Amino acid sequence: MLETVAFYALAATAVGAALLMISRRNAVYSAVFLVICLCAVAGLYVMLNAQFLAAVQVIVYAGAIMVLFLFVIMLLRADSPAEGLETLSFQRIFGFVFTVILLFQVGAFMKTAAPGAPAGGMSQEALAASNTEMVGELLFTRYLYTFELVSILLLGAIVGAVVLAKRKL
Amino acid sequence: MNAVGLNSYLFLAFVLFLVGVMGVLTRRNALIIFMSVELMLNAVNLTLVAFARFLHSLDGQIFVFFVMTVAAAEVAVGLAIIIGIYRRSETVNVDEINLMKW
Repeated sequence: MLETVAFYALAATAVGAALLMISRRNAVYSAVFLVICLCAVAGLYVMLNAQFLAAVQVIVYAGAIMVLFLFVIMLLRADSPAEGLETLSFQRIFGFVFTVILLFQVGAFMKTAAPGAPAGGMSQEALAASNTEMVGELLFTRYLYTFELVSILLLGAIVGAVVLAKRKL
Repeated sequence: MNAVGLNSYLFLAFVLFLVGVMGVLTRRNALIIFMSVELMLNAVNLTLVAFARFLHSLDGQIFVFFVMTVAAAEVAVGLAIIIGIYRRSETVNVDEINLMKW
């Protein structure tokens, strides 16, 4: 009962904040509503026994990434509505039409493809016991090479961002 | 054991993804388009975590961890590109950025 109420509250918060995010004219408001949406999704992660990912979501997404977004919005003065002239007419209508088409396509797929029986190897108690510990263990054993590769990717991203954003090297 | 089933989570993730698609298709501010892409990534992450929970496996959570890392790298490089575009053409409206248009 409590779980159902929590799910619907978090779902309504996430969808409402997402809708407000794409409809605000001021980009700063959009960023704030996206933070609310990401925090609601973090709450859903906690309900799904993914406490580690919930913490990462709040710290990395709602914290670091959105602060970066807000910095750039204020740096570029992009918060003022600069969407006055529409070079492509009917764009909004086309956007809605294509979204509705996607809605029906995926909706039809979800109706036919029911997910099969649970097939994983771990018991529910073991999964719920210490999420962070088990994620860490898996990350440093089975997915060790992927983990190292991702660190190289992050290094590349750091170098790329500095090279792109610097006026003169 | 669960009051809320897998389908509820999948449907919620689908709705969030649709909102992201609508944001990309209807907005002209490059930064808001970028935020909508982040929203779509989050919707997919939610499906991965839900599947990991209901299939009794942790691999989905590892995937989400890597998706978050790639998203962070993407945001850093993408925002640097947007800053570069703004420096060149003084706008973040994607309709006015048509240098490479034939």
